[in-house]
Amino acid sequence: MPPDIPGKVTGEIKYAEDYKREGMIFARLLTSPMPSGRVANIDASDALRMDGVIGIMTADDLPPSPPPGNPALASEYITFVGQPILAVAAVSEEIAEEAISRIRVDIERKDFVIDPLESLAPGGPKAYPEGNVLLRTREIGPGGTPIMSAEIKDIKWPQSAIDALREGKEPVGAEFPSEWAFGDLEAGFAQSTHIIEEPFVTIGYPHHSLEPRTSMAYWENGKCYFHGSSQSQSANDNGLARMLNIDPANLVFINEATGGGFGSKIGPYPYMAISGNFSRMLNRPVQLRITREQEFYLGSARSGMQGWIKIGVKDNGKVAAVDLVIVNDGGSTGGGSGSSSAQHVTIAYQPESMRFRGISVYTNTTPRGAQRGPGQNEMAAVLAPISDKIATSINMDRVAFRRVNVADSDGFQGGSRGPLTSAFGREALDQGARLFGWDEKINQPKRNGSKVRGVGVGIGYHGAGGRGYDGLVRIAPDGKLHIHSGVGNLGTYSYAGTSRAAAEALQVEWDNCEIHRGRTDNHLPHSSGQGGSNTMFTHGRANWVAAQDAITKLKEIAASELGGSPEDFEIGGERVFKSSDSTQGLSYAEAAQKAIEMGGKYSGMEYPDDINPITQRAVQGIQGTGLVGVSKDKIPGQGQPPGIQVGFCEIEMDLDTGKYEILNYAAVADCGTVVHPKNFENAMRGGAVWGVGLAGLERHVYDPQNGLPANVGLYQSKPPTYLDISTDTNMSAVNIPDPQNPIGARGIGEPTQGASAAALASAIADALDGHVFNTAPVTTDMIINHLAGNTYSTQTPNLKTNTF
Amino acid sequence: MNSRLTRRRFIKGVIFSGAAASTGASFYLANAQSGQSSAERLVTLNINGRNRPVDVLPQETLAHTLRYKLDLTGTKLGCNRGECGACTVLIDEVPNYSCSVLTHNVKGKTVTTIEGIKAADGTLHAVQQAFIDENSPQCGFCTPGQVMSAVALLRSNPRPTRKEALQAMSGNLYRCGAYEHYLNGVMRASGQLA
Repeated sequence: MPPDIPGKVTGEIKYAEDYKREGMIFARLLTSPMPSGRVANIDASDALRMDGVIGIMTADDLPPSPPPGNPALASEYITFVGQPILAVAAVSEEIAEEAISRIRVDIERKDFVIDPLESLAPGGPKAYPEGNVLLRTREIGPGGTPIMSAEIKDIKWPQSAIDALREGKEPVGAEFPSEWAFGDLEAGFAQSTHIIEEPFVTIGYPHHSLEPRTSMAYWENGKCYFHGSSQSQSANDNGLARMLNIDPANLVFINEATGGGFGSKIGPYPYMAISGNFSRMLNRPVQLRITREQEFYLGSARSGMQGWIKIGVKDNGKVAAVDLVIVNDGGSTGGGSGSSSAQHVTIAYQPESMRFRGISVYTNTTPRGAQRGPGQNEMAAVLAPISDKIATSINMDRVAFRRVNVADSDGFQGGSRGPLTSAFGREALDQGARLFGWDEKINQPKRNGSKVRGVGVGIGYHGAGGRGYDGLVRIAPDGKLHIHSGVGNLGTYSYAGTSRAAAEALQVEWDNCEIHRGRTDNHLPHSSGQGGSNTMFTHGRANWVAAQDAITKLKEIAASELGGSPEDFEIGGERVFKSSDSTQGLSYAEAAQKAIEMGGKYSGMEYPDDINPITQRAVQGIQGTGLVGVSKDKIPGQGQPPGIQVGFCEIEMDLDTGKYEILNYAAVADCGTVVHPKNFENAMRGGAVWGVGLAGLERHVYDPQNGLPANVGLYQSKPPTYLDISTDTNMSAVNIPDPQNPIGARGIGEPTQGASAAALASAIADALDGHVFNTAPVTTDMIINHLAGNTYSTQTPNLKTNTF
Repeated sequence: MNSRLTRRRFIKGVIFSGAAASTGASFYLANAQSGQSSAERLVTLNINGRNRPVDVLPQETLAHTLRYKLDLTGTKLGCNRGECGACTVLIDEVPNYSCSVLTHNVKGKTVTTIEGIKAADGTLHAVQQAFIDENSPQCGFCTPGQVMSAVALLRSNPRPTRKEALQAMSGNLYRCGAYEHYLNGVMRASGQLA
């Protein structure tokens, strides 16, 4: 049982907004009512005269953050509705709100754009005066150090290219800042016996984390204590300290629990700068709890795509060539995930040749950022029905087509064709088809009165692990194993799952372990951001190497006490003892006491040079209190650990209403060893529900005339509820250990959504005799329009996005 | 929502209190410094079996009173406008969104929050234990509301069908998404899942 779960069912666990502090005041935000403009004047005189108002913060109180930065408070560049302009602090939230209503802000309007293609058209509007495209640059600086930067560029396409893309054809003559290719594309298409071209459009949507991001900060003795809502823990330290202009050693970041993130809270976000700096300015603890609407506006969203794909296959079903174009909707922050979408194609198809061309365009819509499988999952949703169409065109079973093409352990990912640590997509497809009963279901009668059944299959994928982070454990003189975890707590419980890697390596009973996490002053090591499905692989390894360091030290201590060399000793039963005579040994408690007496590396008084400064500070905090095991993960190996999942879905669609019910969903993950079966199932089911939202329900809708978001409410945005999903699902895993993780695990959080979205999209197409909408989501109105022969919302080549 | 505390009545209450009610969230904009006397603002509420005297503004919601005046922070504010269910509490045993109930309207009623669900000796309620056994929560932010809806269901219908449970829980969003784990928890707590 993860140690924090009782606190969740009793309400006792604390989120950032549950903390109070003597003298705490409340900040609220004034946000932009329009999508584009500049602040001409702020008159806060009435507000500042109110009883209970303590202060105001504007962009002038923070370091400048010119474009392409995403400022915490906007002034010269307002680029989306809901963008914060100022904050007011008062003794109560009500007074702060009332004060905000009394502030007059004059805003000069500017042109805005909500459709990327409109911005690329000659003379089209642009989200920033400087341009419409975010360009990431990489230069080699002194000593060969890469300098990463970004700038805004103005890129226009010939109208012929815009028209071509809208009509579902290659946009010849278009400029793409991002491009890669491998293999001989021309030869690939020449060898193909079947070639199809399809346009596609996916619409972004907000994360809707249930906890509107809250922060509360106060300062004591030069240190900032910052309660924040974040997916991650130690990964916030350096960035947040920079925002507050302090040494990271003077930051205590506190994050016991987080009310959802899904990619939108991986690292520090701009608005954290407000509470931290406001608190220092006013010398009071400041809590900033934003509203649901504000979470919609600034809580980040998935990037949308407008694209074109050309696929060539051979008679045997092998994909010989793929040509892919993606225009990403970068919202007001400009970033897209086109290359990650292309990466999904490489895993699903392992094409012999491929070209990707991408451009990410600013729009005056909500900021975009990582959202669960960014790029990969929306690509999975539109690629699945296209894959079905190809399979059907060559008279091949849809599962068999995927089986021919999907990555295995000798496969590759991405434009660089980088290796994989291991991959078992075929095994997952075979297992899934059996679990779901594919062969029986595709042969069952489809039509029953006005109801029709559809069955679908899909693949989800995301890179699922990193390397090079630090692990830190300590055996105390009472024999207890203390595992220091710097990963966050976004609800996956992987902080606990990865801690077991240390417990099992040291063979310590779980009840005799204590996990330290949740606040910097619990002495937490350098850790990855808890995103990208990476924690199980990354920190399973890091905790394992820390445990190995502790084991080495246990043996050295035993040898120095009992004679012989460290190799003569082994561990078991929370003792270190001679292999030749198990009665000669030390308990962990005795060894820990010895470590304190011996000092040096044994008690953490000395530590390796190559651990991160964050870990060094953590070791300094516990040194001399037990036997310290600390190490950087340098386990040899190469390649990306992939998370792959296959999903199988059966729906029943009502042809009179276009509504469908999901009857069955079965999924099989290829994520190495399953560490915690119940957690695994929970993650699988959560992702499956996210897939239903991506494929069928959720999208941004803007009023194109005024640039105003039309579905700010949860009930309008339509994240899936109990009534939208299947509650009878079957989750399984291939369960073959990954050779590059001592505990065998890879991550799976993100592919869970992609597989579900793809399988549902495939099932919808199947129910409609293979009709390909080429959109995500496919909403009920699109289905009923298609059934009625209306083309208004189903004619995909116009590539409408952010509206309908 | 409790039939005696309909949304219409709630909005009427806001209007009568002199507050602006143009949008769900904006009732905080209401007249924070209204001239009402302290005698009218001091009310005694029955929360989790205890009488709690508290100073309540006319336009104050129950969620606000619980979290900010009574330090009962287990009740979460996910949307503050009756959409997500994270703030669900029981009023006279009926589940309600406490963000959409005026505190002055619960005078004379019994209010049960997540903090009042455990037994006095600390034993978890069957629903809480079942949610642990089924590993139901992920981020946990919606969990108190899910617990309250499940407790209310099982008090009125101790052995619901799966479909009845689905309907009863459907006012609680679970953005992390593993609804099936809460549903299984409800069935387990009702003794229908071994």
